[in-house]
Amino acid sequence: MNLSNRKFIVGLIFLVVGILFIARLFTIQVLNDKYKLDSDSNVLREITQYPARGLIYDRKGELLVYNEAAYDLMLIPKQVKAVDTTALCSLLGIEIEEFREKFSKAKKYSRYKASTFLKEISSISYANIQEQLFRYPGFFVQTRTLRKYPRNSAAHILGYIGEVNQKTVEENSYYKSGDYIGKSGLEYSYEDLLRGTRGVKRVLVDVHNREKGSYLDGDSDTMAVTGTIIRTTLDIVLQEYGELLMQNKKGSIVAIEPKTGEILALVSAPSYDPNMLVGRAVKKNYPILSKDTLNPLFNRATMAAYPPGSTFKTIQALIGMQDGVITENSGFTCIRSMVGCHPHPSARDVSESIKMSCNPYYTQLFKRIIQQGKAKSIYKDSEIGLGIWAKQVQKFGLGQTLTTDFPGVKSGVIPGVNFYNRWYGEGRWAFSTIRSLDIGQGEILVVPLQMANLAAIMSNRGYYYTPHFIKHIDKTDQIPEKFTVKNFVGIDKQYFTPIVNGMERVVNESGGTARRARLKNIVVCGKTGTAQNPHGEDHSIFIASAPKDDPKIAIAVYVENAGFGGTWAAPIASLMMEQYLTDSISTKNIRKEKRILEANLLNVKAKK
Amino acid sequence: MRDYKSIFSNIDWTIILLYLSLVFIGWINIYAAVYNEDHHSIFDITQRYGKQLMWIGLALLIAFAILLMDSQFFTAFAIPIYGLVLLSLLGVLVFGVKINGATSWFQFGSIKIQPSEFAKFATSLALAKYLSAIDINMKDIKTKVMAAIIIGLPAVFILLQNDTGSTLVYAAFIFVLYREGLSGNILLFGILAIIVFVLTLIFGPIAIILTATFTYIVIYTISKYHLKTMLIATSIFSILVYLLFHYKLNETIIYYGIGGSLFFLIAYLITKKEMKDKGVHYMSVLIFVLTCSFIFSIDFAFNKVLKEHQRTRITVLLGEEDKLIEQIEDLKVKRDTEGISKEEKQEYRDNIGEKRYSLRELRQGNGWNIKQSLIAIGSGGFTGKGFLEGTQTKFNFVPEQSTDFIFCTIGEEWGFIGTFVLMLIYIALFLRLLFLAERQRSIFSRVYGYAVASILFFHFLINIGMTIGLAPVIGIPLPFISYGGSSLWSFTILLFIFIKLDSERLLVLR
Repeated sequence: MNLSNRKFIVGLIFLVVGILFIARLFTIQVLNDKYKLDSDSNVLREITQYPARGLIYDRKGELLVYNEAAYDLMLIPKQVKAVDTTALCSLLGIEIEEFREKFSKAKKYSRYKASTFLKEISSISYANIQEQLFRYPGFFVQTRTLRKYPRNSAAHILGYIGEVNQKTVEENSYYKSGDYIGKSGLEYSYEDLLRGTRGVKRVLVDVHNREKGSYLDGDSDTMAVTGTIIRTTLDIVLQEYGELLMQNKKGSIVAIEPKTGEILALVSAPSYDPNMLVGRAVKKNYPILSKDTLNPLFNRATMAAYPPGSTFKTIQALIGMQDGVITENSGFTCIRSMVGCHPHPSARDVSESIKMSCNPYYTQLFKRIIQQGKAKSIYKDSEIGLGIWAKQVQKFGLGQTLTTDFPGVKSGVIPGVNFYNRWYGEGRWAFSTIRSLDIGQGEILVVPLQMANLAAIMSNRGYYYTPHFIKHIDKTDQIPEKFTVKNFVGIDKQYFTPIVNGMERVVNESGGTARRARLKNIVVCGKTGTAQNPHGEDHSIFIASAPKDDPKIAIAVYVENAGFGGTWAAPIASLMMEQYLTDSISTKNIRKEKRILEANLLNVKAKK
Repeated sequence: MRDYKSIFSNIDWTIILLYLSLVFIGWINIYAAVYNEDHHSIFDITQRYGKQLMWIGLALLIAFAILLMDSQFFTAFAIPIYGLVLLSLLGVLVFGVKINGATSWFQFGSIKIQPSEFAKFATSLALAKYLSAIDINMKDIKTKVMAAIIIGLPAVFILLQNDTGSTLVYAAFIFVLYREGLSGNILLFGILAIIVFVLTLIFGPIAIILTATFTYIVIYTISKYHLKTMLIATSIFSILVYLLFHYKLNETIIYYGIGGSLFFLIAYLITKKEMKDKGVHYMSVLIFVLTCSFIFSIDFAFNKVLKEHQRTRITVLLGEEDKLIEQIEDLKVKRDTEGISKEEKQEYRDNIGEKRYSLRELRQGNGWNIKQSLIAIGSGGFTGKGFLEGTQTKFNFVPEQSTDFIFCTIGEEWGFIGTFVLMLIYIALFLRLLFLAERQRSIFSRVYGYAVASILFFHFLINIGMTIGLAPVIGIPLPFISYGGSSLWSFTILLFIFIKLDSERLLVLR
């Protein structure tokens, strides 16, 4: 074999590779346009246009949330020329050390790309800085918006916004790191509407990263679309009044318009100024609020679960009549050996039982509801009875999360068969085991929002609209359909008459438990409750609606550790209703108001 | 003492000219790559372009010195030089400093030296010395083993320094050995192995095995028997494959199924009476089995033996990025399907997370580099953006612009015209080197000449191939052009020793 021929093979391999490379280069450099476009995108800078977030109004058109311009000082390290650092520092009001630290941080991020140097300069110092800024190439100011709350109230309802977390960025392609997103309250629920749509401005930059003008004369730019304006059902005057009444107290007030399910006020006390959780201040204020022992960040109105107490008797009576175990004229003797009660004559009918809130009456009634003799064994019988009863109670929106437009609403507990089977074992419990449910104690838990809804059901005599905050969405004519559907509770309308009458007598007759809730010229119907609290003094509860025949407001008030329902919760509810229905407090009730405002119930705890 | 005139009159000026033009192209493109408006003088020695000019000056001095030396020196001292370099390669493992994960640098004050760069010419000299001995025959197994040891020792030491790129360069010597009589099958086998390797990674082992099997059956039956047998055989095979896939059997069963059916088919064919040339028959079966096991081993080697960054380099090349994006989209759809259990949902979510992670790794690492490099070169277009007008390379979009990715700057600023001219210069250099090597009277000079051509070619192949997306990202410099003293000097020494040998080719018979 002649080896010298192999030079041709080696030479050929070299040549083929060379030609292959040339062909490839011809393809990517001459034939293919793709890379040219990609390179353009490297030289084009896309500047994000942040939309202003949607405004939020109350039901009467009062502005609740708006945006205020904030100025961030940005920096492109590559463009910075030798500067008088001392002068710049004094202009910005920072120390040299801080300046150096921030500068090297920005440089580390990128020498060519802008990064935030100083966040949220006040508009006053912005004016000063803006004048001087031409001396300092590489620095420029970017405008951003901050949320502002002119009314300083309704913090829990409105919620707050904050930077998106990494998880959201990964799961939702709209968000980019550093974007703001609603974190709680309505800012969270209506994030998709409020945020608007980002726009993009494309500019050409040269080798020195200087803007050379817009790309395609701005034809490819997209405008930012401002966030949608939403009107809420909230009555801010009523809300503020509620917050005032609840000062120095723990608890909550929820007021609903029964005919629509619109939430008029939702007070959770103690609360905080929503402006505390805005922008740079969050870092400082959030830890303070979250460490406060009174827990101002906790929304009691939707998240705190309490026993309903005697207010629950209304439901018991309705179920009793619906099941046919009593009629509206059934009476039970007040046997105080059976369960504790206050001194009063025995109730002769349902209406009177409500008025006097007789405990033994409901123990006997509840026994009839639970043990209807559907099985021979009392255990089995109780199981069947409780099963039916729990389903009936759930129809009132209890023991389940109301599908409202507010985040983090708790469901409360309506104990059913499984609940007690887990607790005591199957077939090992009967009526006597669970009888504290009769008067709304024991294992039943509800949140104040559900209680207000219960008041609405009573005033509507048998149905409710899911409570909600949305009244109007800008540029649309409708609110979500689920808020316009009547939810019937499965009790015939006729059975509500004795209950509502009883509730009227609670307030307006002597011997009623809530005479403090009485209003002039307005028929208030209400029911007191006192929730036994193993940790301290009982919680004071009152649910009510008014006027009786044309209900405009239904309300639930919880005052923690305040004792009997008629003492504190009832007058607060009546003041709220008066404020809402007449836009003022009558002179007659000024003393009532004063008593409430001066009361400090924060430190009542011990129960000896 | 010979007079200077005779030295320079015998030098091959074509090579010198090609060399100088490459060095010049390198210098001005390094200037463009790291151009900095604060230091706009190309002679500013605080910048890389100024430094490169210094390295060039020193390289020319070294070149001149080599030309003044007696060429006998290189033949006489080939083995000692080789030994010395091997020692320094070992020494660097102990005393060297680590840069970019490779322990391949000696540091003396501010000067850093990379012995592996100098190992190239030392190995070439040693190999030339060994193969030029009188009693050498490439057909002897002893010669093959010795040659392999001479090439392999420095390669292994450099691999120990964790410098994979420089190690691979030693594969270039296969051209030298081929020229000196190594069986062409080995060269062919090497090329085929690379092709199968890449295809397997792209299409997966099953597809390649099926294709190989199919091709084998067709070629075999049609060459040994007749069309009818071929049709029957392929039909059986197709039905088998269809059944296997239709019932979604797992991979192991598919392997066994194919393996088993093949075994019976082959056994049947072998035992047929008209079989005459059994040797060839067994051989072809053996080759087939070897190919299949090679395909299996690729899968294993790729996932178990290769390190993560090496895997990424290859996956990037194979368009893994698009594949990942597709998989993520697919998983998202599955995740959002109604009616799947919570556990399944979580599993999909975890899966998506993992895939996203790899994608990010890919994009930030070599995938990004390749993409940006292609954009830079591609955006140069036909005429280029003009000197210092490149945008890709200025904004640090392309990494290592002055060293391994210097070709991007050339492609972007000079366009296809520039890259075409550069390709021509390189091809001319390689072919000229082959021509010069062939005209040597001594085997030593010829072997050395081939070694020079092969090493330069291999660098060219990998470096340019990498920037235009035809080869994995392996960090080795582009000869005479990339920034760096060590590499420039080592290539200069490598080349000028050969120029010296060539200039005295008529004087001695080694």
